[in-house]
Amino acid sequence: MRVLGARPAGATALHLDDDLDPRGRLVVVGNGMAGARFVEEVLERGGGDQFRITVFGDEPHGNYNRIMLSPVLAGESSEDEIVLNPHDWYTDNGIDLRAGVRVERIDTAAKQVHAADGSVTGYDHLVLATGSYSFVPPMAGVRRDDGSLLSGVYGFRTIDETRAMLEATSRCTRAVVMGGGLLGLEAARALQGHGLQVELVHAMPWLMNAQLDAEAGAILKRSVESLGITVHLDVLATEVLGADSVEGVVLKDGRRLDCDLLVVAAGVRPHTDVAVRSGLEVQRAIVVDDQLRTDDPDVYAIGECAQHRGEVYGLVAPAWEHAKVLADVLTGTDPAADYTGSRTATKLKVAGVDVAVMGVSTPERDDDEFLVISEPKRGVHLSVVIRDDRLVGATLLGDTRKVAFLTQAFDRGAPLPEERIRLLVDLSDGAAEVGVAEMPADSQVCNCNGVSKGDICGAVGGGCGSVGEVMDRTRAGKGCGSCTSLVKQIVEWAADGELAEDPAASYYVPGVPMPKPELIRAIREHDLRSVSAVFATLAPNGKDDARSKMGLTSLLKMVWGHDHIPEKDAEFINDRVHGNIQRDGTFSVVPQMKGGVTTPAQLRRIAEVAEKYEVPMVKVTGGQRIDLLGVRKEDLPAMWSDLGMPSGYAYGKSMRTVKTCVGSDFCRFGLDDSTQLGIDLETRFQGIESPAKIKMAVVGCPRNCAEAYVKDVGVVAVGSGRWEVYVGGAAGATVRKGDLLATVDSPQAVMTLTGRFLQYYRENANWLERTYDFVPRVGLDKIKRVLLEDAEGLCADLDAGIQRAIDAYRDPWGQDAAEPATPGQFRPALPLVALPKVPVR
Amino acid sequence: MSLTEERTTTAHVVGRVEDVPPGEGRTFVAGGEQVAVFRLRDGSLHATQAACPHAGGPLADGQTDVDVLVCPLHQYAYRWADGSSTSGTAPIRVFAVHEADGALVVTL
Ligand SMILES: Cc1cc2nc3c(=O)[nH]c(=O)nc-3n(C[C@H](O)[C@H](O)[C@H](O)COP(=O)(O)OP(=O)(O)OC[C@H]3O[C@@H](n4cnc5c(N)ncnc54)[C@H](O)[C@@H]3O)c2cc1C
Ligand code: FES
Repeated sequence: MRVLGARPAGATALHLDDDLDPRGRLVVVGNGMAGARFVEEVLERGGGDQFRITVFGDEPHGNYNRIMLSPVLAGESSEDEIVLNPHDWYTDNGIDLRAGVRVERIDTAAKQVHAADGSVTGYDHLVLATGSYSFVPPMAGVRRDDGSLLSGVYGFRTIDETRAMLEATSRCTRAVVMGGGLLGLEAARALQGHGLQVELVHAMPWLMNAQLDAEAGAILKRSVESLGITVHLDVLATEVLGADSVEGVVLKDGRRLDCDLLVVAAGVRPHTDVAVRSGLEVQRAIVVDDQLRTDDPDVYAIGECAQHRGEVYGLVAPAWEHAKVLADVLTGTDPAADYTGSRTATKLKVAGVDVAVMGVSTPERDDDEFLVISEPKRGVHLSVVIRDDRLVGATLLGDTRKVAFLTQAFDRGAPLPEERIRLLVDLSDGAAEVGVAEMPADSQVCNCNGVSKGDICGAVGGGCGSVGEVMDRTRAGKGCGSCTSLVKQIVEWAADGELAEDPAASYYVPGVPMPKPELIRAIREHDLRSVSAVFATLAPNGKDDARSKMGLTSLLKMVWGHDHIPEKDAEFINDRVHGNIQRDGTFSVVPQMKGGVTTPAQLRRIAEVAEKYEVPMVKVTGGQRIDLLGVRKEDLPAMWSDLGMPSGYAYGKSMRTVKTCVGSDFCRFGLDDSTQLGIDLETRFQGIESPAKIKMAVVGCPRNCAEAYVKDVGVVAVGSGRWEVYVGGAAGATVRKGDLLATVDSPQAVMTLTGRFLQYYRENANWLERTYDFVPRVGLDKIKRVLLEDAEGLCADLDAGIQRAIDAYRDPWGQDAAEPATPGQFRPALPLVALPKVPVR
Repeated sequence: MSLTEERTTTAHVVGRVEDVPPGEGRTFVAGGEQVAVFRLRDGSLHATQAACPHAGGPLADGQTDVDVLVCPLHQYAYRWADGSSTSGTAPIRVFAVHEADGALVVTL
């Protein structure tokens, strides 16, 4: 096994002879988020001179960021990114790390720690930071005879469990996640991202019941289901099936859910066994006073294993507060420091479902103020609870724009606006942004990577000119991402207007500071028809931006169709010369071959052209066409003329190809004429530009020979003249099965629905956002309502919009071969220097 | 170092201004050397080495704005001001270029 944060082999450390060391002995049990942070706090207070520090950790790894296991499971972060303190850090600071060594009991009378490796270590002060473990509810069959979990069943607490699950995702197809709290939801979404079909079983009547009220929970359920996760509420799992490996679970009501992976995220229980064995007072967790002291005066407990004033916390912020207070007390920096409890706030780290909660969720006293905005249709539910003019609770679901301000108000009791509604919505008079300026420099902004406001300001002072640079430098916001908006506000405040444009922002393109809907509105309002006009009117100081041009060109074509004013320099080279640039500066030529159907005459012509222009490689593509690779730019127009075939658009952010199977004409299984429908689709939507490339396929039966289930738009004949239309599929770097949008009963209906979907995607997707991101982001339910039920009254406009694009279609090869669009359009740009040679077969 | 500094500079007429459409770039040969010449929409002219130092990308096929040139192959960006790369990779050489009676004059 690879040890996270391991020391390079061969490194050794020197130890001072124990007897000669005058320093006190400080022993920490548990090398998790509380334990390691506590050691950091001690060192920061100069405790390295006061104490000889020994840390026991049951896990063999250095200290890592447990919160970040969710993004690791989702494949969004790598293991190395979540290391907080590698083994080297301990050595460098003179700390004796006993990684992989479990403590078994403490002899409080002799003041000694007994560990599983047989060692006995004396202490003057002992800190228990043993955290929690995943609670596995009693279910028949969940454990093997030896007490270990059945193969395929996992808790979600450690890097080792996360690794095991990641490894399992490659062979598993169906997962059941037990538990509908933060952890369960994050696990479910992460597994789904690996292509597993996921069902979530929650014993309570609504999701996240610890943080949300029933109404918000119901809205959350809908958002989660729209991601494609099935949710079963108010039901217990009673049995786990499978002899060698999990095959399913049985619910109390008798239903059986098949699965080959089971994640148990049904709550955690504090690790208290060591404390119990050592005779310390344990109730739900290890009982401590306001100085984190147990009933033994030299033993302390912090983090999730501690119970303070009746509370046991399951979040990292309280653990870090414990660490601070205890470091103050033990180092004598502030011997009177005390901890009086934490007010907790959490965010759900699930892409596509924004949830942030803090404090209480409902009013508790008669004179509590309570404000709720609920828009179940949009999946939005916002509420605040105010007591004595202070914010004591907030719930933000589906819209977390105000979270930065609310967190400030909640944490620091910042004054609240008279009009309470301003807490939840911007009434756009610019009076927002209270807080950032008043935040103390040492207040933590990014909990994942432990970055304070001061660190961020330091990075700005040190020359970082954009939010992105600051994030790169400090790693703020690079964890779960939930603090990004606060980081942005602080950077803006610290830079005081000196900020460069930030490509990471929500802008459609980096050079024009507007999100897509606003940009489209402005383009229409000012009648901007060329990219240079957009820059002149809408960009800061009218300044153009190379990286924004391609996206703007695409957008203008979408908005104006044939009436946009083309500007060659606003296009990427591929679109300028209608070919795909290759690594050696040559281009590829892919003629249109609708539905993948060709003729001997066409093949003959392609063969002749390939020979005439000495094309180094001829290749059949995955999109059922023929690719001529390695063509010199100056040869392009002549080749197109000789070919006499239209462009296949193999280079553009546009509709590219429609693959088909042979359908009912020849195939003995074919249920319908998929070939003809594919040809018709390609004819209708050829060359339509879109936020990212679009690939389609039509198959004549569910055997799916042309892979329609994994296309941006996939059409499947199901017999009796009926067709299923799938959207949002992908089989590239991301693999995703499309979502069934509708089953329709004629090829004409397929064409209409496809057009509507394309236009909706063109109007609403971000630049370069593929349908496989777009569909889950918007939500299948919403897309269905808009496109099938016309819930927003958009269908007529969508139909007209796509028709405008279809009418604007011109074959670029035919057009530019006849007459270049600009002088020297096909002039060689290739220098005479030797380029990397693409091997010629 | 001193050798190159003392090298005399020569002006080369490489083509006509109209040869380079607004906002685009074209490759020319100046005194046996390949140069890419760009004419921005604000009318300014810029000249650089023709091949990208990263992997030989054809810089004249790149996209431009008032500050930078972006290589078409891997999108590295180079500043007109001094040829430095915005991501700290190897810089490109930039040359003086001006218009004289409609002719493009590159000074090497
Ligand atoms: C997937 C996931 C996502 C999370 N997301 C969030 C989030 O978004 N926000 C948030 O605030 N919190 C989150 N949490 C919770 C957060 O990680 C915990 O609150 C935090 O780790 C608690 O720190 P701790 O030190 O008390 O416990 P831990 O981090 O669990 O550390 C305890 C350590 O002690 C070791 N140990 C136990 N017994 C012994 C023994 N006898 N001898 C030696 N070592 C022992 C354990 O092996 C472990 O390494 C998340 C947790 C998980 C699992
Ligand atoms: S060749 Fe220019 S960026 Fe790679």
